[in-house]
Amino acid sequence: MIKRFLQLTIFCGMFLLMLSGKASAETPFPKIHEPEGDGVKCVQPEDEMRRNHMNYILHQRDKTVHEGIRTETYSLAKCIDCHIEPDENGNIADHNSEEHFCNACHQYASVQIDCFECHADRPQKYIKRGNKKQALNQQMHDMLTAQSGNRSIQ
Amino acid sequence: MSDCVNNSRREFIAKVALASTVSIAPGVLLHSAQAKPNDKPVSSDTRWGMLIDTNKCAKGCTACVDACNEEHGLEGLGRPATDAQYIRKVTLKEKSTGHEHSLPMLCQHCEKPPCVDVCPTGASFKREDGIVLVDKHICIGCRYCMMACPYKARSFVHEELTNQTLSAPRGKGTVESCTMCVHRVDKDGTPACVEACTADNHNAMIFGDMKDPSSALSIELKKHGGKQLRADLGLNTGVRYQGI
Repeated sequence: MIKRFLQLTIFCGMFLLMLSGKASAETPFPKIHEPEGDGVKCVQPEDEMRRNHMNYILHQRDKTVHEGIRTETYSLAKCIDCHIEPDENGNIADHNSEEHFCNACHQYASVQIDCFECHADRPQKYIKRGNKKQALNQQMHDMLTAQSGNRSIQ
Repeated sequence: MSDCVNNSRREFIAKVALASTVSIAPGVLLHSAQAKPNDKPVSSDTRWGMLIDTNKCAKGCTACVDACNEEHGLEGLGRPATDAQYIRKVTLKEKSTGHEHSLPMLCQHCEKPPCVDVCPTGASFKREDGIVLVDKHICIGCRYCMMACPYKARSFVHEELTNQTLSAPRGKGTVESCTMCVHRVDKDGTPACVEACTADNHNAMIFGDMKDPSSALSIELKKHGGKQLRADLGLNTGVRYQGI
């Protein structure tokens, strides 16, 4: 379904390009980050991944959640590990930004993704959980401890 | 010179202390080490469970709650009525004697989970190895399961979240609860709460395979028994308590 939608979107896009002439023909192609290093290859050829990455991830998703199969080849976390890296200033693009590997193409193709409403949009080593969280945690525990006297289950 | 010697001696002692902690930990945690290969599905030959000795559970200690919040990136928003909690401390009081003791309450990972019975989409499900989970990809946020759970174990995410941890994806509009740290268990690990309780030397929680007679959990259950909360409901819970 998504594939068809994607095809249709691309077809419409190309049709519009033809109609509108030079100005639209200059729509910038998304800039995507290619993992650097010798011999670094994606788990499938690029063409295959561009067309079918969603099927691989969807399949893996159900296998992992329901059956506990945790192979890394087609895991979303592994995609993120390779493709998301900080820029020269050490900043990592948010998943809503055009700079984000996934969002760059998805925005271009006008296909919405909701993976990152729950999943981390960056590798684990770049997830920063600061003092704010600790402070809130402390506050939460203080409340829970204070309340625990009032809670009973039997 | 003497400084040098002292420093290296201190380092040595620290290393020994660290090494002994590491070597004691697996012995204390004691869940049977049968690493499941990553590419094999979980099977019903295993049933993960937990035993909590409430006599060892220190009043006022929240090590398990802290560890759980840290592991899953649960952040309180200062709204205790709706803030997510996978595990909480409860104090029980015997009215006639005034005796009080505290225990951690979490998803009881029932064999016959009411949350699964009522789920209209199949999002609430039980894995083959007995761990009850929410598939948040399918959850529509109706919260029937929250009403069905006799243990008040589930929470709902009311607000948009950012900065989630890698191993615990969670987002607005879905129900969530204790996963028995399924991401750790699948890699032959121990739930964060049990680990924290052991690290704090309370040793009130044992995690293990209820179907493996040689696991520390089964041995302790056979020897001293363990009660189910609301056993009258016939849910056959995976979390058992001693001292209640």
